[in-house]
Amino acid sequence: MTRPMDSPRKPRYPSPVPILHALANPTRFLKIARPLTPILFWTGLALAVFGGWAGLTLTPPDYLQKETVRILYIHVPSAWLGMGGWTGLAIASFCYLIWRHPLANVAARAMAPAGALFAALCLITGSIWGRPAWGTWWEWDGRLTSMLLLFFVYIAYIALARADAERGGDGRVPALFGVAGSVLLPIIHYSVIWWNTLHQGESVVSGKIDRTMLWPLIFTVLGFTLFYAGVVLMRMRAALALQKVEARMKRMAAR
Amino acid sequence: MNHWAFVTAAYAVTVIGAGGLAVLSWRAMRRAEAMAEALGKKP
Repeated sequence: MTRPMDSPRKPRYPSPVPILHALANPTRFLKIARPLTPILFWTGLALAVFGGWAGLTLTPPDYLQKETVRILYIHVPSAWLGMGGWTGLAIASFCYLIWRHPLANVAARAMAPAGALFAALCLITGSIWGRPAWGTWWEWDGRLTSMLLLFFVYIAYIALARADAERGGDGRVPALFGVAGSVLLPIIHYSVIWWNTLHQGESVVSGKIDRTMLWPLIFTVLGFTLFYAGVVLMRMRAALALQKVEARMKRMAAR
Repeated sequence: MNHWAFVTAAYAVTVIGAGGLAVLSWRAMRRAEAMAEALGKKP
């Protein structure tokens, strides 16, 4: 039995996530991703720049931390994306393991370098903030150590995914690692509750932060998130184009 | 202690890091899509 090349294969079982299956077709995905990439990227950049500028110029200094509190507007979005990036990677890896969508594998691999960068930015900006606020660049406490571990886990995933691709693997081992690594996320989140740490407790969602200082953070968190999504789409498009080139070269060599 | 030096350093690291990632990702995408397009045009 034959079917047209562009028609997506029907899943063998009823799907609980029909949108995911619809997007799993690379042709359909690229049709959406091409116009969406610049929209996400430039909107994200504009929101992040505005939020950063507002955080630097329009908000009052903190009564204790003085001007250094302005690092908040880049540190919190970086932490959010370091953890959110791994959440996305774990979901994509899970989808790849269950439904074997190759696009989910591409998505997970595209998210890793961007997530690693934001985890690193969270650690670096936190360290710079720690020197004037705590009097030290680094402390081996629960929050800082668990975030550093997440950064190392990102690096390990990138190395594992690259080695798997070079050896012609099917991507199951990096996907399993992606799902298993998500065990770190609740540890990072609850580290400030479980252990007596130097890092302050959660103050944004609980409303402990004053409104005059909170509003630019909404712009930078949203801006960084859209920027991240734009970069991930760029990396996915690059990976799909390279797959196409490789397949074409193989066909040409076989002639 | 001048607090602005720490604020400037943190913002500079973020701009360089995020900017570098965006430039590298954009260049990789452009190069790969140009290669795919060029190969697609070959008979």
